[in-house]
This record gives sequence, structure tokens and C-alpha cells, in this order.
Amino acid sequence: MALEREFCKWSFCQKPPVETVETDLLIVGGGMAACGAAVEAAAWAKPAGLKIKLVDKAALDRSGAVAMGLSAINTFIGPENKVDDYVRYVRQDLMGIVREDLIHSLGCHVDQTVYDFQEWGLPIWQKDKEGHTVDGQVARDEGLPMLKDGGQCCRSGRWQCMINGESYKVIVAEAAKNAIGMDNIYERVFIVKLLTDKNNPNRVCGAIGFSVREQKAFVFKCKAMIIACGGVVNVFRPRSVQEGQGRAWYPVWNAGSTYAMPAEIGAKMVLMENRFVPTRFKDGYGPVGAWFLFFKAQATNAYNEDAMTRNKAQLQADYPGYADAPGTCLRNHVQMIEIKEGRGPILMHTDKAMADLAKVLSKKELKHLEAEAWEDFLDMSISAASLWASLNIEPDKKPSEIMPSEPYLLASHAGCAGLWVSGPSKGYLGAPDDWFWGYDRMTTVEGLFTAGDGVGASGHKFSSGSHAEGRMAAKGALAFILDHKDDKLEPGQNIDELLAEIYLPFEIYEKYKDYTTAPEINPNYLLPRQVQARLQKLMDEYCAGCSANYTTNKVMLEIGLDRLTLLKEDAQRMAARDLHELMRAWENYHRILAGEAHLRHILFREESRYPGYYYRSDFLKIDDEKWKVFTISQYDKSKNEWKFETKPYVQLVK
Amino acid sequence: MPSFVITEKCDGCKALDKTACQYICPNDLMVLDPVKKKAYNQEPDQCWECFNCVKICPQQAIEVRHYADIMPLGSSTFPLRGTDNIMWTIKFRDQKTVKRFKFPIRTTPEGSIDVFKGKTIPSNLADLKKPGFFTGPARTE
Repeated sequence: MALEREFCKWSFCQKPPVETVETDLLIVGGGMAACGAAVEAAAWAKPAGLKIKLVDKAALDRSGAVAMGLSAINTFIGPENKVDDYVRYVRQDLMGIVREDLIHSLGCHVDQTVYDFQEWGLPIWQKDKEGHTVDGQVARDEGLPMLKDGGQCCRSGRWQCMINGESYKVIVAEAAKNAIGMDNIYERVFIVKLLTDKNNPNRVCGAIGFSVREQKAFVFKCKAMIIACGGVVNVFRPRSVQEGQGRAWYPVWNAGSTYAMPAEIGAKMVLMENRFVPTRFKDGYGPVGAWFLFFKAQATNAYNEDAMTRNKAQLQADYPGYADAPGTCLRNHVQMIEIKEGRGPILMHTDKAMADLAKVLSKKELKHLEAEAWEDFLDMSISAASLWASLNIEPDKKPSEIMPSEPYLLASHAGCAGLWVSGPSKGYLGAPDDWFWGYDRMTTVEGLFTAGDGVGASGHKFSSGSHAEGRMAAKGALAFILDHKDDKLEPGQNIDELLAEIYLPFEIYEKYKDYTTAPEINPNYLLPRQVQARLQKLMDEYCAGCSANYTTNKVMLEIGLDRLTLLKEDAQRMAARDLHELMRAWENYHRILAGEAHLRHILFREESRYPGYYYRSDFLKIDDEKWKVFTISQYDKSKNEWKFETKPYVQLVK
Repeated sequence: MPSFVITEKCDGCKALDKTACQYICPNDLMVLDPVKKKAYNQEPDQCWECFNCVKICPQQAIEVRHYADIMPLGSSTFPLRGTDNIMWTIKFRDQKTVKRFKFPIRTTPEGSIDVFKGKTIPSNLADLKKPGFFTGPARTE
């Protein structure tokens, strides 16, 4: 390394007081999965006499991916569908390599969580006796039966139902808060690292972090932990520049902590090469699902041609077996062909869809429909509505551009990067023995559980499925705690050394700040935004970002990895001027690790499994013979080495 | 900058125990200037435009001037969030087109959720290893 390593000796910054919190179960994160975990754990912890604590870097009411709200619940099996069909749909969409034990068991649980949402007060659109759509409040006023009692939701697609979801997260958070009590919730505390037992380095026993509001560190000691901090955003250079960078499709604050912290203590990761590239309304990132499925809008190229129709034969020739019911990545793929060959833009014909609907609807119904179209954006992607207003676009009069975005890593939407976890029970649906190791949703680190974006090789959980999976993980974690009651745990890490490492960016800043006349430019350190900019640029250029047309190859990846390795070294020279920047510094460290896992996995998998998400130009085909396998990695932090293995995919649902 | 605070309207939440926008921002962007006692967005390029600061501000002092690299000036999107509904007013750049919408946000009173009400607290801890939640069983198929 070019620069000598710095150590914090508390010469330039003050050592913070430390609050130590002892608990049985620790929940790290505050989104849908974490709130689900809190609710379910609260019920079982009572008779078991166990303590629960939840730690969130934001405020629970509005943290996580549902902070802004949502316009639909995307996973509700309902009485009209079979769980097996849900498994088939997820498998198809994620190109054939998924853990069907995880998806099936989630499918069996998710409806109950939706019933609970409705009982707690989430307005879910329903069909009245005449088959008309009514909003969630009218459904209650008219006394329609609740979904659990046979009431019918308003489907926008086979698995989706529409909601009035502005306060979705507030409601889910309120349930969690009232279940475990505010005394057990630590808001505005950012967890940086996990702690492991001194006698068993593969056993989690706590976490360390700091308050973002005051000079104070926190050490949590626990018997088991659920880590659920969302996916990864802003690892890649976004399409927007400057201010618009904030308009990420997924929440801009998702920093990959769910993957990075477990990876650092040796938890195995799976399919980290997978990513999600959402095609959304250009720039504002408004959702397209309701327009395609509910309003029946069509998207075409510049010459009014449907991208899928135009490219279907080619798709069938290139990806036999995958083209008949193309998954999300292949639907991106055909649009990318159109854009690459100069037949863009892709236009969503909101105008034509509305005109078609106007033919069959009354004036009042049409007015309601217009409100529904705007609500779809206002509930979850407000800037997209504002973009219409700022460009004088009335969606019933003019089409809007849609566009594939920058890549995201996650496991709750149409993606499946994440941690390798235990299935629900031995031989579930005939699963291989090595898919179960004692506790539902436990990672390969003993006592460490995850849910939502954390659980890899399964996707399409969305908000409801993430909440349900948090509840499942909570039960697994409590069962683990009860089976390990007598374990005496002691962190193997030296807490003082960790504190010095966490606050090092303060020490570095204070030590060097006066060397130059402008604090932003200093040869002794990097500020967090500078670290992030370098990460985004190299991932974009070498690891198949938008500017590279989502394409890379072995040589590119190896150069990218060299640059990433240097960045990882430079991360030891991060500087922070205040607690906000200290959080940014460690968020970006988590992003670097998540990005490294992604890059190394893409390098390892020598095929293009997800055309339309990314392409290995040196292995353009889908190679089922060699690569229909789970790719599993493990990071050894002490040696800074990564090990890869594969496990065969096994189909459980025919 | 994405969310902005109108100087004249912001009172620094001096009557409250915490600054509302600072409390709610999911990305830790809103801060109170210790001298001026006014809030501001400290990192506008990390703003998701989630409008949570706009919705929570008791003085209606916060609005959004949308991403400069994307959106022309002149339009506005403004919510008024009550306890059971939200009203949106959207004014187009042309200053003529105005859309108003009102949507329900919840069907139960704020703060009233009791997840244990009417449910049986599990007593057999061996059931932790079986499917199902305390509020209802899992599907079996």
C-alpha cells in the first residue's frame, strides 16, 4: 500500500463513551423484514422469557425500501392460486437457479402477513359485489369482507394487489413498535461490524456501531441475530448526474450492510453475480407494473414496434428454453437490443391505454382511473409524478419514455443475490440434506439469520414476502436461542481496537485537515463521497454498468478487480468531518465489499445467465450443462481471500 | 436542492422536543443550523425525494425543488397528510394545469395497532420449529 497505515490513538479525536446492551435476539435493520421479525419474535419471546432489541440507522416509521410508501403488494398468493405456481413463476423469472424450499415455504406464509396488514389498517383495494374496484377505505365503509374472510382484492397481475400505500411503512412500523416497545428500539445507531465468539469464530455474538446523533458507541451482545438492512444501491454509477443521483430506483441509503457485515465474519454468499436492472419510467423511476398489468399499456420502440414481437425469434434462437415465458432480464434484453441498434426510445403508451379504457368506462370511472394512475406514482415514486408535471405531460395525452436503469443488488424484487441460508426443515419438499442445518433462514454462521434482501437464491418476495420472511427468521432464531441456552459467549474481538478502527476517519481528518487550505483536497485522505465516486466509476466501466452496455469480460473484470483492491486499501484512509460523514464512510466501506462480491462472482460464472441484467461477452450463451448451479463464495477477512464452490441446482417443484 | 426549507416559515421546531425533519429523514439529510435555528438539507444529491420531511413539517416550511439535472423549473407537487388521508396538489410547469387527488392512508386510528389483540400467545415453544405465525397458520400444500 502506498500510504502508511494509520491507527487511531485518540490523539486528535475524543474517545466516545460506550453503551453495552445485552439481549437474547438482536435485529439489525428497520425495514419490512426487520419489522416482521420484531412482531413475530415479540409473541414467542413472551412465553420463552427472552429479550429482543432492534437497531436501525434511521427512524423506524420511515426506514427501509418502503419509506415513501408503495402502490401495490406484489406477493399475495390468494385462494385462487397454488403455492407451487408461485414457485414456478419465481424460478422462471430468475432463470432457473433458485432455492425452491425457501420460495415455497415463503409462499405458504405470505398471505397471513397480508391479512395482518389489512387488520392493522393498510387500505387494500377490493372488488365490491358488482365487481367494481373500490379503494381500501371504501371497502371498509361498505363493509366488504376482509381478505382473510374471503374478500376479494383487486389484482393488477396474477400475484399483485393494489393498495393505498402511502402509510404502508408507518403502519408496519407501528405494529413492530407496539409489539416490542420503544424501549427496545435503538434508532439512529449505525452498526458497522459483527462480533464473533472467542471460542468459536463461526458463531455470532454481537454487533458494534455508533450513534449518528451523539459521540457515543454501542456494543450489542446477543445469542442470535437477524440482519436485514436491505440490498445495495449506488455501487454503480447511476444514469443521473449530480442531484439526480438521489433518485435511485431502490432506496439510496441501502448500502449493502446485509451482505458486507456477514461476509466479513465468513458467512457464505450465493449468486452474488445476480443483479436487478429495473426498466422504469425514465429519470423519475416511476413503476411500470401497474401500467403494463393493470392499465394494459404497451411499450414500443421509436417506430411503434413491440420490442418482444420484433425480437422473439432471435430470443428463441439465442436462449432456447428460456424465451417462451421470458423472465424480467430477457424482457430487458429485447429493449436493450432496440436501444443499442438505434430504434429507441422505448415509449410507454399511457395515452393509448387510457383512450382504450375511456371507450368502456363511464366518465366517473375514468376520473377515478386517472387518480389511480397518479396515485401509482405518488404512493412510491413521487418524483415521477413531478416529472410529468415539470414536462407538462398528461399521461392520458402523451406517452412517456421508459429505460433500463443502473444495476442494483437485492433478493426481494426480481433479483436473488444474497446469503446462503438453511431451509425450513430437513428434506423439505425433498430438498438435499445440505440445504438444511437446523434453523430456518440461518446463514452459515451459527446464530446469524437473515431475511428479505438478505436471503439469496430466492426472490420476488417484495414487501409482503420480506415481512413474512422476517417472521420466519425470527422463529428460527428464537428456536436457536432456546437450544443454546447455556452457551457462554464472549466477543473474540478487542472492543477498544474496533472502536479505534470505527472512529479512525475522525482521527485522520483532524490530524491532516490543516495541511491544505481546502479540506476537500488533501493527499492524506479521501472523503466518503470521493470513495463512492471511484467505486461507482470502476464498477460501471469494468463490471458491466450502463455506460458499458451492461457488458464485460474476463480482462475487463480483472482490471476492475485491481482497481477495486486499491480502493479497498484507500478505504483505510477515509476521513470524516462529522457523525453524518462517519456513517457515510462506513456505508461506502460496506458498498465496496458488496461490489467486490458481485464482481468476483461475475468473474467466476463463465456464462451469461442473466441476459438483460449483464453480459459476459466472452461467454455470451446460457450454459446449462456447466452452470446450472449455485455459485457460493466465502470471504476470509484475515487473509483477504475469497473461496468459490458450486452446488447443484435441484428442482423440487416439477 | 431536492428538499428545501423556506427561511421565513421554518421555526426550527422550537416548540417540539425534536426537529421533525431531522427526526424522520431516512437518509439523515436534514439538519438544524445551530446559529440560524433553521433546518436545511445537508446533502442534496443523496435525497430520494421521499417527501417524508415535507409531510411531517408542522409549519409546511419544506417543499421540493426537483433534481436540477432532470426537471425543468416551475412545477410543484405538494402533499397535505392528515391522520387518515393525504391530499396532493400538483401544478404543472404551464401554471394552468392543476391536479388534485385525495387518497386514504389508513383505516385504523393512528397508534392503535395492537398485534396481540384477539390472538393467542403461543405457549408451546416446540412450535417454533413448525410452520405458521402466531396470528394464523401457514398454508399446507
